[in-house]
Amino acid sequence: MKTTFLKAIAVAGLTASSIAAHAVTELTFWHAMAGRNGEMVTTIVNQFNESQSEYRLTAINKGGYEDTMTAGIAAFRARNAPHIIQVFDAGAATIINAKGAVYPVQDLLEDSGAAFDKNDYLSGVRYFYADSDGKMIGMPFNSSTPLLYYNKEALKKAGIAEPPATWEEFETIAPKLKAAGYTALSQSHSPWIFSENFHSRHNLPMATGNNGYDTTDVKILYNNDALKMHWSKVKDWLDEGYYGYYGRNWGDNQDAFVQGKVAMWLGSSGSFGNLKQTTDFEFGTTFLPYWSNLIDEPKSTFIGGAALFSFSGHSKDEYKGVAEFFKFLTSPETQLLWHKETGYVAITNAAYDLAQKTNLYKEMPDAEVGMLQLSQESGEWSKGYRLGYYVQIRESLFKNYERLLSGQTSVDSAFHAIEQESNRLLRRFNATYK
Amino acid sequence: MQSHPFKHSWVPYIFVAPQIIIILIFFLWPAGQAVQQSFYREDAFGLSSEFVGFLNYAEVLDDPEYTSTVLFTLLFSALVTVFSIALSLLLAVQANQVIRGADTYKTLLMWAYAIAPPAAGLIGGLLFSPLVGDLYQLLNNIGFDFNHNRNSSDAIFVVVLIAVWKQLSINFIFFLSGLQSVPNSVLEAARIDCPGAIKRFWTITFPLLAPTTFFLLVINTTYAFFETFGIIDLTTKGGPGGSTTTLVYKIYQDGFLGADFGGSSAQSVMLMVFVVVLTVFQFKFIDKKVHY
Repeated sequence: MKTTFLKAIAVAGLTASSIAAHAVTELTFWHAMAGRNGEMVTTIVNQFNESQSEYRLTAINKGGYEDTMTAGIAAFRARNAPHIIQVFDAGAATIINAKGAVYPVQDLLEDSGAAFDKNDYLSGVRYFYADSDGKMIGMPFNSSTPLLYYNKEALKKAGIAEPPATWEEFETIAPKLKAAGYTALSQSHSPWIFSENFHSRHNLPMATGNNGYDTTDVKILYNNDALKMHWSKVKDWLDEGYYGYYGRNWGDNQDAFVQGKVAMWLGSSGSFGNLKQTTDFEFGTTFLPYWSNLIDEPKSTFIGGAALFSFSGHSKDEYKGVAEFFKFLTSPETQLLWHKETGYVAITNAAYDLAQKTNLYKEMPDAEVGMLQLSQESGEWSKGYRLGYYVQIRESLFKNYERLLSGQTSVDSAFHAIEQESNRLLRRFNATYK
Repeated sequence: MQSHPFKHSWVPYIFVAPQIIIILIFFLWPAGQAVQQSFYREDAFGLSSEFVGFLNYAEVLDDPEYTSTVLFTLLFSALVTVFSIALSLLLAVQANQVIRGADTYKTLLMWAYAIAPPAAGLIGGLLFSPLVGDLYQLLNNIGFDFNHNRNSSDAIFVVVLIAVWKQLSINFIFFLSGLQSVPNSVLEAARIDCPGAIKRFWTITFPLLAPTTFFLLVINTTYAFFETFGIIDLTTKGGPGGSTTTLVYKIYQDGFLGADFGGSSAQSVMLMVFVVVLTVFQFKFIDKKVHY
């Protein structure tokens, strides 16, 4: 009887210790990737889980970018935050400026003993989610940049040899495309392409305070002559029938290109995979045009998309797991897979080298255009921006551009309204997040 | 021995308890939180918080965009209420007179009731899509330069049309049952006194429907204010140029999308007060004219 009892204890003890030895640390990752991109997140997370036995990461889709961020905010307030959350470009200021909400990625990696060198990352990617000292707060995840897609058949029909590199060239070819029966251009995100990236491309500041990196006490600089000139041109193009505006939905403007109504479309470097599947004509990809009367050599563009942040308040062991995942995610092989399957850019130089070595760009030359544009010389104002309540500022841009295009308001009054509304929001943000 | 007539049994409380608890948890508690949050300026993550009194309210009222949102909401709810009540009354009167296949008409007119506003918005969005929308094509083919992505008035037309369509069924049901409860003897007496059907309707039938109309006026206004969110989100997203942004949609944009909780809480408290005032007004001034 007694021996049985002891045996039972011994067995129980053994079982307990073996459980302890194999205890898996559970980690959660909330993201906003759906469709093909969501499948790739699952693939990468599964590969990570199979690559080691100490941590198990669970990826959960929480809807769109805004839904994911709101879910993260609610979970953090309820002290139940996930370990990793994907936050989009316009929401970055909200999470970075909330002091103590996140564990900066660079600290997290260095504290966990992982090697970290920011020079491993592409120059256009490195600073976008960093603080004013260049310390990386968020890990760039799905990064894309605006590009020009053109219908080769349409250009041929109009007798145009090359897609436009500058907006001046665009103005000379647009009438030819119109004569050939096409609307020359549409674009899918006017705040991103025709406001933010307009400034990085032409090396112009978007806001005071080093584009908002140095302080939250900033003013918007959108009410400038260069951007106003661009938008009065866009309005002229619309009136002439060179520019098509199909509403603010991304897809409606892309569809106009896919259906062959529009000869050229400004979209994301991540769009080509989808275009390949949906278009029945041959298309090409090139850099975002610039005004040669504003700048001789255009600068690199901003990235768009989202980054991964790690919430504060978890245990040291859990952060070690997060660091392991980030190492796995930024390995050249994972980056190459992500780049190839989703069309988002690879964020490290090593991954770019690997892509070249494996002849990815021979098979898919379009995939390299975004990488090349991000590797162009960066200007003083092309590393990024950090502006509070930027979601609302983008809303103000959309709203006033629509008023401008419909003729309800003039260029001057539209930009005056943008300036007033943005500065009101920035003041409010500064008072809240001081 | 009988129990004391004024001593209440606790059984009724048990029966109403679930409803009261639901109202407490899902209505009063969040409403209280919104009121509280509207007096604070707090970062999204709740790490720093500062009591600012009525500052959030002052900032909302100082915003010219808020004024245009209030004006649009009033216009929108007036259009939706008037058209959905008028059309459903017309349909109910007609359906009430149908002799053959009456049930089929009634069923067909009622079944849009089962559609949720977001589903109605989705269907409407597809019908008016510039690329595949049949109604969009039709309007442009018959000579209108219709584009709700660019023209404010076209966008307002689209959201009002969908919101009215969605609301017709429930109004129809109430009007139809109201019409059926009008006593036949009254109608027959009226027929002898007054040969004109239209005059008979306005002098006899409509006054008898007044309580129904008043009830529908109150619930349609509330519908236009609160339940049309899905329609707007799935068709115009408040655009173009902010022309179809209702108060509820702006609260969603600022609070849910933009993470400005203080500001959007202040807006929702103001909306709550506004709707309470409007309902009190309706009861005080219109209710007097209604004969039950």
